[in-house]
Amino acid sequence: MLLLGIETSCDETAVAVLENRQVRADLIASQDDLHAAFGGIVPELASRRHLEVLPTMVTEAMSGAQVTWTDLDGIAVTVAPGLIGALLVGLAYAKGIAFAHNRPLIGVNHLEGHLLVAMLEHPDLTPPFIGLVVSGGHTSLYFVEQVGQYRLLGATRDDAAGEAFDKGAKLLQLGYPGGPLIDRLAATGDRTRLRFPRPKLRRKGSPFEVGAYDLSFSGLKTALAQQLARPQSGLSSIRVEDYAAAFQYRIIEELVDRLAVAAHDLQCDRIVVAGGVAANRGLRARLDTLARKEGLRCFIPRMRYCTDNAVMIAWAGMQRAWRGEKDDLALNATAVAELGSGT
Amino acid sequence: MNASDRRLRRTTTSPAETRALAAEIANHLVPGTVIALHGPLGAGKTCFVQGLARALEVSSTVMVTSPTYTLLNIYPGRYPVYHFDWYRLDDIDAVWQLDCEEYFEGRGITVVEWGEKFPAVLPPRTIHMTIEIGTGTRRTWEIPASFCLTELP
Repeated sequence: MLLLGIETSCDETAVAVLENRQVRADLIASQDDLHAAFGGIVPELASRRHLEVLPTMVTEAMSGAQVTWTDLDGIAVTVAPGLIGALLVGLAYAKGIAFAHNRPLIGVNHLEGHLLVAMLEHPDLTPPFIGLVVSGGHTSLYFVEQVGQYRLLGATRDDAAGEAFDKGAKLLQLGYPGGPLIDRLAATGDRTRLRFPRPKLRRKGSPFEVGAYDLSFSGLKTALAQQLARPQSGLSSIRVEDYAAAFQYRIIEELVDRLAVAAHDLQCDRIVVAGGVAANRGLRARLDTLARKEGLRCFIPRMRYCTDNAVMIAWAGMQRAWRGEKDDLALNATAVAELGSGT
Repeated sequence: MNASDRRLRRTTTSPAETRALAAEIANHLVPGTVIALHGPLGAGKTCFVQGLARALEVSSTVMVTSPTYTLLNIYPGRYPVYHFDWYRLDDIDAVWQLDCEEYFEGRGITVVEWGEKFPAVLPPRTIHMTIEIGTGTRRTWEIPASFCLTELP
């Protein structure tokens, strides 16, 4: 089976051609030039930018993979969740080519792409497994019972883990993106110089239902600001490396705790961690330790497939196509669509 | 601005109290209200929106989370709650492209975090609330007196 994949849910424009497990083309438009020109992250320009680069990228991917429209068994495209304007650009374009060339259209949830892409690289990985998608915009824990069947176990109740890294880095005056900066400093820091309390998720008195696997990172950000404001624990008395180590440690421990508890509760010995935060070296090392200690197997997609890409969209679309599923041209995009909730 | 210019100060000492304050305020809101929350990282802005959303009958199973990356979260309740966050935005053209006016003029309640970055985008009727971080979990809220809340020292 040969699929074209299109991803435009957020800042990246990505196009891929996938033939079964073989990646024939994998393009991600670098946003660096755009960011540099505008002096920072300007996500809304992303929709305009998607529109500008997508047609060229599709042509390039198709010719690079040496395939024609008639070779394609379908077009997989991200329909949720993400910035609605950005999603609509990719979807409208995908519908256009699906209609013009009479190819099946397959809508894909971005989170499903993140969850399943590890299976592309690891043919021995099959459901059931525990999947954690952890990035700037998402921190969600799933039980993947089988392909297409997902149970949302828990998610952040406030900030995503990647957002906590970015805002923590901002408070530490480190710059952007925060994750890699904190990770690098943490490697030489002493986490025991400071202590960040475990985030408390009070089930009682909370206005929202809080589940056993839910996470919270907004209190951690507040705790960091408080520590920094105190003369005895400010940056003049404690090294920024130690701050980075203690702050990162708390985020990682929270993530690893939920993974370990979920693996135990569901009697599942396979774990997948995907999303941009999966690049964090501290997290990877900690997952190794957990896997060895608990007898688990931990799968992390290669870095290129951890951040937003179209290979994962084509791959998730292929799962649907293999089941004989497709969408009609009335397919719509939605900004908020947590995978597997309420189903 | 008008008589509602008079402002009062309220202090909260925990996230639960912040949510309770938001719930109290929620009872005074009508569709089309725009609230801008001003305060530093960790002030409790998202926490405030959680309390507000719950009071506006947003289901307890709906995740009310930070829209820093998503830029806009929409929660269905008695009225829809439009939750914006401009933290990540550096250019006013980018904000205009979000079509915020559509939401401001809509049938819901809009709350904007980091609205002070682009005051020109906010409508003149915007209700501004300022949060100061005190020691520990203490927060001082400066809000318009027109909400008829009991003034506390």
